[in-house]
Amino acid sequence: MSSLFLLGASEGGLFDFDATLPLMAVQVVILTFILNALFFKPVGKVVEERESFITTSRAEAKQKLAEAESLESDLREQLKQARQSAQKVIFEAEQDSDKLYREALALATAEANASREEARREIDSQREIAFNQLKLDAEKLGDLIVERLLDVK
Amino acid sequence: MGSLSFVVPFAELEVGQHLYWQLGNLRIHGQVFMTSWIVIGALLTLVVVGTKKMERDPRGVQNLLEFLWDYIRDLARTQIGEKVYRDWMPFIGTLFLFIFVSNWGGALVPWKLIHLPSGELGAPTADINTTVALALLVSLSYFYAGLSNKGLRYFEYYVHPTPIMLPFKIVEDFTKPLSLSFRLFGNILADELVVAVLVFLVPLVLPVPVMFLGLFTSAIQALIFATLAAYYIGEAVEEHH
Repeated sequence: MSSLFLLGASEGGLFDFDATLPLMAVQVVILTFILNALFFKPVGKVVEERESFITTSRAEAKQKLAEAESLESDLREQLKQARQSAQKVIFEAEQDSDKLYREALALATAEANASREEARREIDSQREIAFNQLKLDAEKLGDLIVERLLDVK
Repeated sequence: MGSLSFVVPFAELEVGQHLYWQLGNLRIHGQVFMTSWIVIGALLTLVVVGTKKMERDPRGVQNLLEFLWDYIRDLARTQIGEKVYRDWMPFIGTLFLFIFVSNWGGALVPWKLIHLPSGELGAPTADINTTVALALLVSLSYFYAGLSNKGLRYFEYYVHPTPIMLPFKIVEDFTKPLSLSFRLFGNILADELVVAVLVFLVPLVLPVPVMFLGLFTSAIQALIFATLAAYYIGEAVEEHH
């Protein structure tokens, strides 16, 4: 009897097939459906929701980062332009003041020249007048001297 | 009784003895169903507790369940492919969890403390009926997967890449469930027997490393069974060009 234990004897044995087989199969199939409803579906839903949440958050964060970067570059551009315009304003102001200085200098020089010229002309004319007067006086004196000398004789 | 039994004060070794239940005119192995119900009950308890209050930031058992889910998804996705793995993930996952918990339950729970009139409690996967049932389910699944995905073009697989392959592929349809069932059955039964014999011979210290080896084998066997099942389904739904 004991030699039969491996060979699926009518009673007992390692290879004793009976209704356990189909019933176990049915049991496992039912377990598959139960686990699908209780485990695979709900856990899958949670995990996939989290995965999509992470994906969208990442996408949002990337978008925000891109926005921030574009804003930063905008501001940089604006700053650059502001610097450039400030330099331009400074340059223009320097040029303006330089021009004004030159103009004022030229005007003052011209005025000075003009008044010097006028003064000289006045001096010249007065000298002329004085000279003429002097000449006249001299002629008169000469005449007078001549007359007197003639009278004396 | 066709059985092999040693009776010693510490351990008793019984092979091929079953606790028969009569259902109408059907006979079933009671001890297999009893442990399988405990396994199923443990799985369902874990699942129900873990999914009771699920949050986006996982806490407690939800972490474990999500880890398992992720593990099973990766297994199914790599073997079956992106397109249809979702349909088969529950089946592959159930196979893995059921076999894993059965094997570990058989290795970790001291079933021998519970006395049955005949036979003894152990891993349900140490009974050939269970493993053949699982293997036949896998066979049905891959046929169903192939036919439902590709219709009659599924049979192109038998002559791919050349018609010379036809007899080999037909033989494969028989060897696949055979190897699946016997690998699992043999490993688990052998593990239980080795532990039992060692406990019988040297009831101290020596069986412990073998028990750890048994835990390792049990986990590996569950993984192998689920991976092969997924691989067969993936092979059946794969598109040839």
